[in-house]
Amino acid sequence: MIRFLLMQNRQGKTRLAKYYVPLDDDEKHQLEYEVHRLVVNRDPKFTNFVEFRNYKIIYRRYAGLFFSLCVDVNDNELALLEAIHLFVEVLDHYFGSVCELDLVFNFHKAYTVIDEFILAGEIQARSIHWSPYDRETSKKQIMERLEELEKVKD
Amino acid sequence: MSMRLRELIRAVRQCKTTAEERALIAKQSAAIRNSLKDQDAAYRHRNVAKLMFMHMLGYPTHFGQMECVKLIAAVGFPEKRIGYLGLMILLDERQEVTMLVTNSIKNDLGHKNHFIVGLGLCALGNICTAEMARDVAPEVAALLASKNSYIRKKAALCAIRVVKKVPELAEGFLENASALLADRHHGVLLCAVTLALQLCYVDANHATTFRKHVPILVRILKSLIHSGYSAEHDVGGHADPFLQVKMLRLFRVLGAGDAEASDAMSDILANVASNTDGSKNAGNAILYEAVESIMGVESVGGLRVLAINILGRFLANKDNNIRYVALNTLAKVVAVDTQAVQRHRHTIVECVKDSDVTIRRSALQLVYNLVNENNIVTLAKELLDYLTVADLEFKADLCRRIAELVARFAPSKRWHVDTLVELMSKGGAHVADEECRAFAHLVSATPELQGYAGRALYKASFEMRGESGWKLAAVAAWVVGEYGDAVVSRSNRLEDEEGFVASPKDLVSLLESIVLDAAVPHAVKQVVVTALAKLSVRFPSEASDVKRAVSHATDSLNLELQQRSCEFIKIFERGPSLTGPLLERMPAFEVKSSSAYSGIGIEGGGGKGGGGGKAPAAASGADLLGDLMSLDDDAGAVRGSGSAAAATSGANLLDDLLGGDMGGGGGGGGGGGGVGGFSAAGSAPADPLADLFGGVGATAPATAPAPAADPVMDLLGMAAPAAPAAAPVDFMMGMGAAPPAPPPPPPIDPMAALDIGGFSAPAPAPAPPPPPGSFTAYEKDGGLRVVFACTKPDPMDPSETCVLATYANSGASPLRSFTLQAAVPKTMSLSLEPASGADVPGAGSGGAPTTQRLRVKNAQHGVKPLAMRLRMQWTDAASGAVVVEQATVSFPPGM
Repeated sequence: MIRFLLMQNRQGKTRLAKYYVPLDDDEKHQLEYEVHRLVVNRDPKFTNFVEFRNYKIIYRRYAGLFFSLCVDVNDNELALLEAIHLFVEVLDHYFGSVCELDLVFNFHKAYTVIDEFILAGEIQARSIHWSPYDRETSKKQIMERLEELEKVKD
Repeated sequence: MSMRLRELIRAVRQCKTTAEERALIAKQSAAIRNSLKDQDAAYRHRNVAKLMFMHMLGYPTHFGQMECVKLIAAVGFPEKRIGYLGLMILLDERQEVTMLVTNSIKNDLGHKNHFIVGLGLCALGNICTAEMARDVAPEVAALLASKNSYIRKKAALCAIRVVKKVPELAEGFLENASALLADRHHGVLLCAVTLALQLCYVDANHATTFRKHVPILVRILKSLIHSGYSAEHDVGGHADPFLQVKMLRLFRVLGAGDAEASDAMSDILANVASNTDGSKNAGNAILYEAVESIMGVESVGGLRVLAINILGRFLANKDNNIRYVALNTLAKVVAVDTQAVQRHRHTIVECVKDSDVTIRRSALQLVYNLVNENNIVTLAKELLDYLTVADLEFKADLCRRIAELVARFAPSKRWHVDTLVELMSKGGAHVADEECRAFAHLVSATPELQGYAGRALYKASFEMRGESGWKLAAVAAWVVGEYGDAVVSRSNRLEDEEGFVASPKDLVSLLESIVLDAAVPHAVKQVVVTALAKLSVRFPSEASDVKRAVSHATDSLNLELQQRSCEFIKIFERGPSLTGPLLERMPAFEVKSSSAYSGIGIEGGGGKGGGGGKAPAAASGADLLGDLMSLDDDAGAVRGSGSAAAATSGANLLDDLLGGDMGGGGGGGGGGGGVGGFSAAGSAPADPLADLFGGVGATAPATAPAPAADPVMDLLGMAAPAAPAAAPVDFMMGMGAAPPAPPPPPPIDPMAALDIGGFSAPAPAPAPPPPPGSFTAYEKDGGLRVVFACTKPDPMDPSETCVLATYANSGASPLRSFTLQAAVPKTMSLSLEPASGADVPGAGSGGAPTTQRLRVKNAQHGVKPLAMRLRMQWTDAASGAVVVEQATVSFPPGM
């Protein structure tokens, strides 16, 4: 099970965090700090897995952004690593060449993507065409929902 | 007009200082609060969105929680969406507010718009509580059969959460979950398989239900591997790798322990294992899962060979990730098939030296598991080589493991000695005291190697000075002191031992140089001074040198060291009639089993109190001193151990060592020494002087039964104020009487101490220290005592705890028809096994204590600690009354 998902930049600022276990704000900040410390200085040649407390951190770096998943020790690390990549592809698809600022300004949309991707700590999407709709209509429908969300902001 | 979200984000980003940001947020928070007060529905969702942003920055947003509830109850999709998002971000399952949304969510689950149903399911899946789970379970179960694949998918994952929260609800999902396993939509299938896995984890009996679906699942998986490229399912060149991985995992759960199911899936497992292309990460993820499944189910030999070969290929991979999973999996396989893993030994040992700590740790773990009689020599060499370059955090553990493995598999005693000497010289300060003790025991129990070991240690210690050599120096001093004559002798030279000669003078000058070295901790010097004194008897010709060497310490600032050296100088003056018997070689001693070590290990911290050294190494050295010195059977050593007894846990150690003392048959002297020591053990005073007085108090009656003519007893008699004839008493008493207000004697009955020391000397039988993880869960004076010993049966799953409850009864009458009931919070599940007996025998009856096993599974391990309430009921045999007691158990942290 995925315990939490973090997106952090190199300076350790958490851009997005999604927790699937209940934690206090203090504990969350502590975790975010520790996870950042663990992953930020690792050599790119090293494994993408770090043991962390009783769990494992699976992380991947995209430009200046670290995507970290905290999972149980007996989960399939390679599959989850692939899941991170898929998730980033989805974000890319969604925002059109995603960058850190997209996540800052559209955090609520990013959360929407996460909610479509992971539920109750388990992966629910299986390919880049992760949307629930038929392939032909998927883009159109996403856009519709996005427009609805845009309206919200006005 | 309030600020828009985008403007807020931009404004925050433009803030140059934190103070500026804080002011901005404070202003905005005030504006939002005002707007909330106005009940302005038009801006509600914008306000909540802004609050979420503030929450992400770490500002308080609790005042907006109710707004989320209102938004969820709104009609439109955008409002609901923001409301649910706020619910998941601003709140979590522990807030009371979540109760209020249950009804809205329930309504949304029946909404005709599938997006809104999806929102409800998503929120439930992420934050639902046990109460909510009970409320919505029927709706979620019904949605599993929805016509819309989007809803089926989300409902399946939501059901996982429900079942996790309330395992009893699992039954309600079984039927629909089984139906979903044949779903044509692969996204739904993925979620259905995940749900099936969760249902099997909750109750292993559910696996029987799902076993029926193995043929269908096999067919689906087969079509997945053989289907051509399809853009819809393709991830990293593989058709639906996530689905494949999950299905393989489900196969593992269904096939474990069931030959028929395993047989049905063996073809497809072989197919996946041989046909999946391992050039990309996604393919390797599938292969990895397939290997685990082959190992997990009842596979035939050929299939296992295939799996091990895949792991071998993984191990040779350049990608560290792949090597990491290979190492981890091999560590699981090694218990089943050692031979196959041995073939990859060289590669594994290479991985121990990898630059990545994750790889190193896994490889090291695997190497430990890999060692056996046949390869210990090569592997121990590799490990010792690695010890010199290992990270600091690994060293102590590595030393312990090497010593453990060497002790278990050593092909010969000589090799054992060689390896331990190398371990001590390479491990330096990281070698634990247990290892030093085990080494001392090994040497004392192997007379033919005493000379050899002494020479090897002498050489190693000569070459290695400085901080890291102190432990080695202490051990070397002990061996040289005890077996000095064997060390210089040429007659016990082993075959092909190098022609190295140490003269008595060399030994004394080495020890003298240690005494003179200002940096050496006092604890080590104390051992050295004792060793020097012993050498004076082994080599009468060196007596004057020894005396000079010891006299360097007579002005030491360390009380213990000064006292000891002064005493020795006095003893030397008394001539061979006293020194001969007093400084005899100590008899071979017994070592407790390793569980006894664990008790002593704890005392490391306690030793610091008594050591008085400044450096941490010195502190742990003090500990060592206690150990080594107490191995001696002379009076000085027994007194010296006072510093080790400074900590309460030292008492344990003393019991231990005195056991060795007396078992060796020290005669009346040994018995007397035992009394002195035992009083220290019983009271464990913090002040060494109080300890001294403890000796005084207890030894006084001891002189009566012991023959006073014995010179050894004479020295012990120093404690007896009525024996002024003994010369050494003078300065001893001087020391003792120095403080104006002598501390009161320890609160221990001297007669009782005498009893222990004098009469039960051959079998002191100290109570074994409790195993780690054991604690008293409940205790009533003069009655029942419940001790819990917690273990983690599955190292991969820390959430599970196995508790062995021991019921002891210190009252005289037995407790009849004793029953224990235990309750745990909802997040945990508990199973009780029957107790070993219905009654708890009384204290005097000598019956074995009653035990009972409890298994606790904490679904929220790491988040919530274990907790338990006990209700105990029994019939008192004496009065016939039924007694009911309740207790709350607080488990030690980490359980």
